[in-house]
Amino acid sequence: MSNFTILKNGRVIDPLQGRDQVEDVWILNGNIVEPGSVESADCRVLDVDGCWVVPGLIDMHVHLREPGEEYKETIASGTMAAAAGGFTGVACMPNTNPVNDNATVTAFIREKAAQCNARVYPVGAISTGLKGEKLAEYGEMKKEGAVAVSDDGCPVVDSQLMRRALEYASSHGLLVISHAEELALSRGGCMNEGELSTRMGLRGIPAAAESIMVQREIELAELTGVHIHIAHVSTVAAVRLIRAAKERGVRVTAETAPHYFSLTEEAVTGYNTNAKMNPPLRSEADRRAIVEALADGTIDVIATDHAPHTVLEKEVEFNIAANGIAGLETSLSLSLALVREELLSPQRLVELMSCNPAAILGVGGGTLIVGKTADVTVIDPDRKYIFDAAKSFSKAANSPFDGWELQGLAVATFMGGAETYNVL
Amino acid sequence: MLKDLPSDYQFCHKHIFGIDQLSEQDITYILRTAQSFKEISNRPIKKVPTLRGKTIINLFFEPSTRTRMSFEIAAKRMSADTFNIAASTSSTTKGETLIDTAANLQAMKPDIIVVRHSSSGAPQLLAKHIDASVVNAGDGTHQHPSQGLLDMLTVVEHKGRIEGLKIAIIGDIAHSRVAMSDIIGFSRMGAMVSVAGPGTFMPPGLASLGARVCSSVEEALDGADVVMALRIQLERQNDSLIPSLREYARCYGINNERIKNAADDAIVMHPGPINRGVELNPEVADGPRSVILDQVTNGVAVRMALLYLVLGGAKVIDGQGEN
Repeated sequence: MSNFTILKNGRVIDPLQGRDQVEDVWILNGNIVEPGSVESADCRVLDVDGCWVVPGLIDMHVHLREPGEEYKETIASGTMAAAAGGFTGVACMPNTNPVNDNATVTAFIREKAAQCNARVYPVGAISTGLKGEKLAEYGEMKKEGAVAVSDDGCPVVDSQLMRRALEYASSHGLLVISHAEELALSRGGCMNEGELSTRMGLRGIPAAAESIMVQREIELAELTGVHIHIAHVSTVAAVRLIRAAKERGVRVTAETAPHYFSLTEEAVTGYNTNAKMNPPLRSEADRRAIVEALADGTIDVIATDHAPHTVLEKEVEFNIAANGIAGLETSLSLSLALVREELLSPQRLVELMSCNPAAILGVGGGTLIVGKTADVTVIDPDRKYIFDAAKSFSKAANSPFDGWELQGLAVATFMGGAETYNVL
Repeated sequence: MLKDLPSDYQFCHKHIFGIDQLSEQDITYILRTAQSFKEISNRPIKKVPTLRGKTIINLFFEPSTRTRMSFEIAAKRMSADTFNIAASTSSTTKGETLIDTAANLQAMKPDIIVVRHSSSGAPQLLAKHIDASVVNAGDGTHQHPSQGLLDMLTVVEHKGRIEGLKIAIIGDIAHSRVAMSDIIGFSRMGAMVSVAGPGTFMPPGLASLGARVCSSVEEALDGADVVMALRIQLERQNDSLIPSLREYARCYGINNERIKNAADDAIVMHPGPINRGVELNPEVADGPRSVILDQVTNGVAVRMALLYLVLGGAKVIDGQGEN
């Protein structure tokens, strides 16, 4: 294939450069080059008229399941799902088996990912074995390519350990990502606490289980002066705390997932385990607060928390079913719905899905500026399709959006100038 | 009196998961059917051929004596063949999933599976994977529909109606599937349901389910026509939900003094088994207002009605030419 590609007549949206106009994007030898700067007949021209051309999307919160649970997902299948979802990079959480709490596992992930269809940024564990007892070896993991640490799925109960994690991670230049959950309040719960949990006879998880811990993380960020990133924000209370913290200059950033602005707890009706996740789907008021926070800058990132599971974990009694949904292939479409409803501008969407995760992880990307690596996503904002989870690139089909009619999707993805997906 | 049903009314539930799926007309129809079946249990030969040749499996993942017995007696009085599977003898202890259990049972072609399970929603999961009718005999803290219906039948027998009555439910609402079925059922039938108990036993959203949450037992009992005490699970003490059974009995137990707040002709009910001296004092449980044993009798009639109706009611009999 030619190493020279021209994306013609697309609407180029690059918030970092303040660009939003119809123009061509030239890609040569893996980099963005100035249009007209090259003379070569050996050139592949893709007409992307009517499409958006944006910096490659980055999903900073996925579970790729390898090593250990390859029957659910592999680095290869997960990154193919990522490419199909318009992502050129993903940050994968450490709750594999063995846990990514040491350099050997980090190196294994990087090695596996080298041949794959998206850049993989490993997130190491905050504590060894995700046990919340002692710090993992951040320096060693960093050397092998870890970009952040998190005990995602197992909140750090011990506040002293979390403080040490922030201090120690900062000296290694690693981001700390918090799964904010007060376990004493959430234990045994399997959906949002409220009228519906009473009606369904399921133990609820109150919103306070999230916001209490978000407040602790904010206090620790303030105490240490170290940046903390809050994963999967789901409640109006957490949004308020983060907003107030940002206003007084605390170094806190936050992400939410498409399901928290696309669904409410009603989705679990009928004991639908594909709508079971942690934190749980919340109320309509929470959902609206999340959308508002995405628009006003309180929440910085849309990340999927892509959590592949099979029928073994999902076709069981609701209270024992695994948490999480596959999200890589529906994230962009669900987010584009907010743009269509004029709740987000196209520029803001690109910030949330590309510029901001790139900057927060410190991994480069997030712009189409000349000279940079050509990680590019081409989006058709109008094309409609029915999402069929069984036909997805992910090994998993645990999606509450199965069968939904969606509008807008990635039609081509380029990683370092190489095409990783194309349905143009 | 129960209301008349329109002439074109049809009962069309293949499964019984909870009271919330039943309309006021459905409940009325079930109670009337149960009333007409009640007489069978008073005959010298307590058996009719209605469900002859039908196979009913009682699949109980939680220990139960009275509910399982009641379903079994109901099925046998209708001439169905019944089989009991208790959790301790089922394959689930060998690691089999509920769906595999369902598939295996289905392969033996049962007509009805009566299921009790500690997980809310388990009957729905079962029904998705089998052809037989599923009747919920209690799932987690979700619903216990046959208990709700037998409670309503008992009230109709003693009070002649449900509409307009004041029903007081006292105790652990949050962990009681009986309470959920009763609150939804009685309020759907037009009664005013009041609940009381310690705050740790009050789940969110009760008001939108139709219950008035009272700050004291006395307030809930005030003028009540029906007083229902719920069983306190003894392990709740260990969950820090109540400090002690002793304190619970003193503050929330129904005794001769407290019951004076209720209407003079109030009846006292309990889903059993009773913790005597905790939620109900013996003087009340055995007193003239108690209709607890009538509940047990009505349980058989209601379950006969449910088994008959989920298989199609009168159509079941039509299908058996020899009858």
